[in-house]
Amino acid sequence: MIDWLLDPLQFSFISRALVAAVIVGIVCSVLGTYIVLQGMAFLGDALAHTILPGVVIAFLLGLPLALGALVFGVLTALGIGALTEREMLKEDTAIGVIFAGLFALGVALLSSSSGSYTIDLAHFLFGNLLGVSTGDLWVIAGLGVVVLATVFLLYKEFLVVSFDTTLATTLRLPTRLIRYVMLVLIAVTIVTALQVVGIALMLAMFVTPAAAASLLTRRLPAMMATAAGIGVTAGVVGMYASYYLDIASGAAVVLAATLIFVVVFIFAPGRGLLAAKR
Amino acid sequence: MQQIAYRGTPHDPMAPPLELTHVTVGYPDGRRHHALEDITFRLEATEQVAVVGPNGAGKSTLFKLIAGILKPDQGSVAMYGNKPDQHVCIAYVPQRSTVDWSFPATVADVVMMGRTRQIGLFRRPGHRDRAIVQAALERVGAADLADKQIGELSGGQQQRAFIARALAQEAELILLDEPLSGLDVPSQEAIFEILADLRRDAVTLMVATHDLGVAVEHFDRVMLLNTRLIAFERGEDVLTPENLLRAYGGHVPLPGAAPA
Repeated sequence: MIDWLLDPLQFSFISRALVAAVIVGIVCSVLGTYIVLQGMAFLGDALAHTILPGVVIAFLLGLPLALGALVFGVLTALGIGALTEREMLKEDTAIGVIFAGLFALGVALLSSSSGSYTIDLAHFLFGNLLGVSTGDLWVIAGLGVVVLATVFLLYKEFLVVSFDTTLATTLRLPTRLIRYVMLVLIAVTIVTALQVVGIALMLAMFVTPAAAASLLTRRLPAMMATAAGIGVTAGVVGMYASYYLDIASGAAVVLAATLIFVVVFIFAPGRGLLAAKR
Repeated sequence: MQQIAYRGTPHDPMAPPLELTHVTVGYPDGRRHHALEDITFRLEATEQVAVVGPNGAGKSTLFKLIAGILKPDQGSVAMYGNKPDQHVCIAYVPQRSTVDWSFPATVADVVMMGRTRQIGLFRRPGHRDRAIVQAALERVGAADLADKQIGELSGGQQQRAFIARALAQEAELILLDEPLSGLDVPSQEAIFEILADLRRDAVTLMVATHDLGVAVEHFDRVMLLNTRLIAFERGEDVLTPENLLRAYGGHVPLPGAAPA
């Protein structure tokens, strides 16, 4: 059993993948608690998809993928923030238009390139955990620290804005600025998780661990810690599953997270399916 | 609990706690009707006022305007001589039905949220903040509920927790939106006792309610609202047949017959 766990680690690409999965498991899950509490799942999914053209442009120009993703991610985060302040279109409609349009642009750009279109697209969409380089790892770790530090420093303000925007207004907190910071953090987190789960399954890394944690905890810090624990477990289990069963890494990580959620959903003390039936 | 004092922005002590002058607010989508039209009134310090009127009369709009969430299209709102957004001492207690009670926070967490501004950016709650939260919880008789998740509370307890949050905010003007709806009579009585006690803290109070009987019995003055300010007097002087007809049309909810 020990050998079974340790053997893969003699390959440095596996060790890197493991570290990346752990970091992403923590960062996505912590930020995911805010996404779950504020009902922003659709917005998170849209943001993940809109970074595709940024990634493709960076890829075609030979620049770091994270750079292209970061630029597009932050720009669309700000754009969505601005669009939802006006009341010309309903928020989800506006987001839907931008999301699909930019994603299509990404696919179009990639398909026009001479490279191996389907393989590249698959990596962007579903992640390429076992292809994480040392440079990638530094980017993932660096951005992860930035996200967690911001969440720590703005904990009180994020809490108030998540729970009660009216209170935030009467306390004269800079509510708009705080929301923009949150959107940018989501964009940055998407960039860190790009290689681990890919664009198409990003939403699951945000929502699934946090949703499971919400059934097990009664306070936000505990929910964040539990979600992070579930995210890390899913990342590690998924990584090994990906290695031994030869399945796509993103899918393996998300399936592991989903499995944990289902177990929690059924057995959670007091709030699970079984408890509710009694 | 220490006397509630204003902190951070200049107060004009000679100015009334709240003064609205010819305030008109439209709907954001530009409908021809106004949500509020030509509202003028002033409150005295520590006064307790009930705001009544039919659904859609503009009660919520009025509260949002006073809290500084909405801006008037015409006219002015002044609290102790300043605009609402220059104060952190206006507290808004929302209708219970608009709160996410499944949110992962305890009663103490929610009350501490009221301290967010005073604690300051990048800082953690200190001794003083915890003492204020504890005192606020004791004032509303909810000290023993501090560690409960907010979803585990009864309706009356939920309402008291939010009043404690307003106290922790050191509010001088507290707006309560339908605080009694869905509460049984003992819970309502408990809320009235807490509200009456707020005069000690130099808190001015506005309470939206649809219960005319409660409005007359428990408040200094009653504001009858239906887009325009129809009357704002002592309770029995407001609820005249003419005024009620102007506010409610043919559908007058008679005092005492209103739903508890």
